[in-house]
Amino acid sequence: MHAQHDHYDPEASKIGMWLFIFTELLLFGGLFIIYSVYRYLNHEAFHLAAAELDTFIGAVNTVVLLVSSMTIAMATTAVQQKNYRLTLLLLGITVFLALVFLGNKYFEWGKKFEHGIYPGSDYLKENFSQGEILFFGLYFVMTGLHALHIIIGMIFVIWVMVKLARKKIHSERYVLLENSGLYWHLVDLIWIFLFPLFYLIT
Amino acid sequence: MLKTMSNEKHHIVPFRIYVWVLLALLLLTSSSIAITHIELREYTVAGALLFAVIKTFLVMYYFMHLKFDKPYIRLMVGAVFALFLIVIIITFLDYLYR
Repeated sequence: MHAQHDHYDPEASKIGMWLFIFTELLLFGGLFIIYSVYRYLNHEAFHLAAAELDTFIGAVNTVVLLVSSMTIAMATTAVQQKNYRLTLLLLGITVFLALVFLGNKYFEWGKKFEHGIYPGSDYLKENFSQGEILFFGLYFVMTGLHALHIIIGMIFVIWVMVKLARKKIHSERYVLLENSGLYWHLVDLIWIFLFPLFYLIT
Repeated sequence: MLKTMSNEKHHIVPFRIYVWVLLALLLLTSSSIAITHIELREYTVAGALLFAVIKTFLVMYYFMHLKFDKPYIRLMVGAVFALFLIVIIITFLDYLYR
């Protein structure tokens, strides 16, 4: 079955992944610049609005993502050492932590929605200033886009787990696992900036 | 032993390095939370961002294997960040001096 010549070029695959990550960095980079300009123009409003966010949940999610980044990085070491059960376990922990992150986000957003804080809500328009509404708009767009990346990353890692279980990924052929790790670390990197910019304004 | 067996392509990073990096990242996170409780006014943002930049470096260098990959990947990443920095500077030159 594998007698057929197939092109396996881990270095090229990795470059491809990096190029894609660059586009992602610039996508979020653009959003960060928009955030910075509006924060510069609406200094006080951003401080007021940020008080509505729960620093504790943000901090918990930061720790969750950092730990999941470590486990997926360790998965590469495990696959290189031919310890496939450990690789699967580490990837499984990563997916589990992704779910924990999304669960936290669900409750966090749910609480905001309950209080009438969501894009375009009448409550927001009547009780908050223009700058505060801008803050919440950016908050929902940026953390929402980030959460979408978490979901995609999670699916990517599950796909890698399936391939690993089917022995399509092994100690001589694991660039897909490495690339899923790169993607996951990118998601972590973005959160590293989202957390201080939205939750740590006092 | 690992070193002699592996070339650039098969560099096996020991688990303990990842554990140390995680500990450093957690320490930096708690520091960035702590710094917001100190009255620093304008420097609070700068402080939190400085911690974020150090964390980014650690994640990219160790977790994303830039330390162990060929130098041209580091170069490409550096170029993207340089481009981003230039765009930030140009944008703020506009807003600060209009």
